Amino acid sequence: MNFPLHDGSCGHSCCLRVENLTVRIGADAILKDVNLHVHCGEMVALIGPNGAGKSTFLKAILGQREYSGVIAFSTPGARSRKPRIGYVPQSPAFDPSDPVSVADLFACCMSRRPAFLGLGKAMRQTVLECLERVHGEDLIDKRVGALSGGELQRVLLALALEPLPNILILDEPLSGVDVEGMAVLMDMLDEIRQTYDLSILMTTHDFSLLPRYASQVVLIDRAVLAQGSPETVLRSDAFRQTFHMKGDLA
Amino acid sequence: MSLWYAFCDLLPLEMLHWDFMKNAMLAMLLMAPLFGLMSTMIVTGRMSFFSDALGHSAFTGIAIGCICGLAAPTWAAVGFSLAFALLFSWVRSRSNQAADTLIGVFSSTAVALGIFIATLGGGSFTKYNQYLIGDVLSVTPGQIGALALVLATVLVFWILYANRLTLTAIHPQLASSRGIPVGLAQTLFICVIAVVVTLCISSVGLLILNSLLVLPAAAARNVARNLKQYHLLSVLFALGAGVGGLTISYCLGCSAGAAVSLLLALLFAVTFCFRKRRA
Repeated sequence: MNFPLHDGSCGHSCCLRVENLTVRIGADAILKDVNLHVHCGEMVALIGPNGAGKSTFLKAILGQREYSGVIAFSTPGARSRKPRIGYVPQSPAFDPSDPVSVADLFACCMSRRPAFLGLGKAMRQTVLECLERVHGEDLIDKRVGALSGGELQRVLLALALEPLPNILILDEPLSGVDVEGMAVLMDMLDEIRQTYDLSILMTTHDFSLLPRYASQVVLIDRAVLAQGSPETVLRSDAFRQTFHMKGDLA
Repeated sequence: MSLWYAFCDLLPLEMLHWDFMKNAMLAMLLMAPLFGLMSTMIVTGRMSFFSDALGHSAFTGIAIGCICGLAAPTWAAVGFSLAFALLFSWVRSRSNQAADTLIGVFSSTAVALGIFIATLGGGSFTKYNQYLIGDVLSVTPGQIGALALVLATVLVFWILYANRLTLTAIHPQLASSRGIPVGLAQTLFICVIAVVVTLCISSVGLLILNSLLVLPAAAARNVARNLKQYHLLSVLFALGAGVGGLTISYCLGCSAGAAVSLLLALLFAVTFCFRKRRA
């Protein structure tokens, strides 16, 4: 799928610009007139109740869903209009009985040589280097189905970073990860964001870490209800009404 | 073929002095590794039931071919199986029903249509038995040649597309985000299974084909820790059960297809008992 290049009209160095995005199933609008700018090197968190359209929004950006409106990418220095998107899917979709090792998963994604013939030395070294980015070299021979929630997210993150994308998209990276693992994962994402000046867009149901890590939070429920800094959104009336909360999380 | 015959004559095995056993053994040595390989993807992609349904749809194709007076109803069966596979693929992409429900719908319809056509106007069902049951012991040198050609083509396809098919089978969304046309890959794979199953069914029979397409990988999954072990074990299990089944069939005078299937089931049971907590 080819996307128009972003013209920089918002005054910022935007990595992703979404304007009037509408996604329908039949006559029913799952998302309506969603507007969002993700600036370069920014971490944007997409929050909302179940069924709010968060995953649909990501699918539209990935080109897996038909939509109306504009999705534009800015890929500095790139001639291609096709942006490189690093995508970390929601983890539970892997079959725990699949005899696929972490090394196999990387080989299937990156190598022309059939993974069932085994990895060559050079490929194994490349996989180790990729895993090093997420401090996961010891996971290379583990089966994908046997990884813990946090380990799987790190592996999928390492995979999404090779080749280095223009934007990183994560679908519920914190689900199935324990509290300690969440902080480790968020620290890692923050490190990657700063090291590679990478824009990150993620969906999450965990709000406690947002003030520390997110540059921008977008609350959606079929349409954008609130948008801005974590403090602004988490203190907004729209947030309290959506999640039926009385206190203040920010 | 003459080379193979000469090689068999050199072996001190009584059963390989009969021409029909030489043919059957060669057919088995060609089929087993490739079906062992294909079964890994069929099981990973949760398509065991689908390959079974294709066997039944092939029979309907043969019945249509016979009634149209075609000289070689096998090609009519290939056409019907392809149409069956493509229609199934199309309906699956547009329905929210579970895949096994849709396979049940297609399979029942195909079998009913086949029996309806075969028995139309009081026709006899007996002449279709060879296609429905088949027997690897009756395989001819011509069929072995065709089998070798089909298998070589599939092997090339496999080497070129295995990585993309594996990724599509284990995580379609991830595959799509890596630029793999998931729908096309799934349809292509379904078509390959359809053609292979249909071409092989009349020469080797439904029973042996379906067991070779599912059981080797199912047994290998019990103990394999990575794709290399998975494929290697699946191919070895298929080969071992194929050769062992033929030998048992010769010694005990039982159906070769049944012996191969039972050996594979035994392998599954053994690997199931020895499965470890895999890392």
